[in-house]
Amino acid sequence: MKKTRFWSWFWMFLGGLYFFVPLYATLRFSLMMKKDVLSFMAYEKVIHDPKFLEAFSFSAQMAILTILVSLVLVVPTAYWVHLRLPKLKPIMEFITMLPFVIPAIVLVFGLIRSYSKPPLLLVSSPALLVAAYVVLALPYMYRSVDVGLRAIDVRALTEAAQSLGASWPRILFQVIFPNLRSALLGGTFLTFAIVIGELTIANSLAWKALGPYMTTLAGMKAYEPAALAVMSFALTWGSIAVLQFVGKGRGGAAPENMAGMH
Amino acid sequence: MAFLELTNITKRFVKFAAVEDFNLKVEKGEFVSFLGPSGCGKTTTLRMIAGFETATEGNIYIDGKDVVNRPPNQRNIGMVFQSYALFPNMTVADNIGFGLKVAKKSSEEIKARVDEMLNLIHMSDFRARYPYQMSGGQQQRVALARALAIQPQVLLLDEPLSALDAKIRVELRNEIRSIQRKLGITTVYVTHDQEEALSLSDRVVVMNSGHTEQIGTPFEIYNFPQTPFVASFVGTLNIIYVDVVDPANGILKLEEQEIATNKPVRKAKDDKVRIALRPEMVKLTTDDPAANELKVVVDSIVFLGAIVRMRVKVGTTKFSMDLFNNPDLQLPKEGSQISVFFSRDACMVLQD
Repeated sequence: MKKTRFWSWFWMFLGGLYFFVPLYATLRFSLMMKKDVLSFMAYEKVIHDPKFLEAFSFSAQMAILTILVSLVLVVPTAYWVHLRLPKLKPIMEFITMLPFVIPAIVLVFGLIRSYSKPPLLLVSSPALLVAAYVVLALPYMYRSVDVGLRAIDVRALTEAAQSLGASWPRILFQVIFPNLRSALLGGTFLTFAIVIGELTIANSLAWKALGPYMTTLAGMKAYEPAALAVMSFALTWGSIAVLQFVGKGRGGAAPENMAGMH
Repeated sequence: MAFLELTNITKRFVKFAAVEDFNLKVEKGEFVSFLGPSGCGKTTTLRMIAGFETATEGNIYIDGKDVVNRPPNQRNIGMVFQSYALFPNMTVADNIGFGLKVAKKSSEEIKARVDEMLNLIHMSDFRARYPYQMSGGQQQRVALARALAIQPQVLLLDEPLSALDAKIRVELRNEIRSIQRKLGITTVYVTHDQEEALSLSDRVVVMNSGHTEQIGTPFEIYNFPQTPFVASFVGTLNIIYVDVVDPANGILKLEEQEIATNKPVRKAKDDKVRIALRPEMVKLTTDDPAANELKVVVDSIVFLGAIVRMRVKVGTTKFSMDLFNNPDLQLPKEGSQISVFFSRDACMVLQD
């Protein structure tokens, strides 16, 4: 018994080292810009770089737009599939898994070929980027919402509200959405995290987004990319912490259900 | 015209008819149960009354108005589900008040009605609780209060007790009945549990394969089943194959022992026919000189608490008899030969 426990801890410790040592090294390196002292100089440089702000705000805008479009597209669809077309669930699952199977580079080539000549000349429009991101985020958004919907009895809740006289908007906004709160937040944060760091599509469509900015920076500077990496980690972890905190309250499926997805 | 009336209701799905030519008249304040095995169409019929399913043919009248084309949110019907279906994001008070809020009642009115409903279900201390903080029985009581709060014209209950354990089920069953009597609300109750249907209802509709087998009071359904299905589905029943001796006088025989019934049999002499006999109608003694007597061998004796169930056999034919338990009961030994008695009326010949 004791022996087993020792080895469990040993492997866990080893796993921890594998994960944290590079992270610690990156953090330490990012603080070493000033000779012989630890400082936040690299961070200051990154934050004060107008190109960073431009890239970050562009990516953030794209992320927000992607989230909005995804929510409008996915939530009513998933709700209707659960309520009236449960037989379509396997087909929906297959469709939403496609972005995992088709690499982003293939997707973007397809998009460029399809939308680079009239009448569908869209390659230079951010709408195409958002559309591509919606596809990319589809598995995460759909799965989050699907898990949330599975955790509640959609049909019985809808019918109970109907028998009490409620209209469709009232059923959606007062009965269904509040019970999907953590699922919707889960999908939202995951989408945000994907879009904010996305490289392939933004690069291929020549947008000055955060992903391409980070790559360029990595080729030119030493300390700043490390600082950026730490910052993006902090952002992701911050999002997960918020998710955990919000998910603890009542209201549908906890985001832990999404753990197997990454 | 009855208060709730279903005429020629049919529901066809792509390949099969779930309900066929269903007719029912329910008077105001009446408690009617739909009883039948799963897949018999009872829930589909209830859902058509609620408006969750659209009837392929037929009409549904509530208080003289045809509601068959009205959406569920405009039918003023209270519905209680098997899975409670309380809104998880709302407290008990908000759940009960939901329908009133939809109907744009004033907050004072809502509060007064919610208090009244909480009183009715004896749960005044639970108003701030969330569904997940309550037991199944409590949740179902709140669901009942929520359905009643809007003062519906008809109350529909879809197997409301199926998810609860035995003791709570009986408690809540009695509570549902007493609340229904108190409010005088017209109620339709769906169940596959015959004890529930028989103990709660003014009338029972026994359904099978999408059609009505029999409509009657619990007493009629149990004692005078009109079809073999009703006879076998409601209560425990022995089905015994016998030979016809004298069809005109209803005389039959089982392994050379004569059985007399009170009705002529529509079969020829020496034909085989089935008779149905309730276990509680077979007795160890009788005062009735006209009663049938069978010499049987005791096969097994099973003690069920209030009832002792004996399996007896005549040749290769086995059947059950139920005796009320009491400390003075003299039980025969297994393997011994005894005489058992049943009246001529107890013998139902299944004419098929």
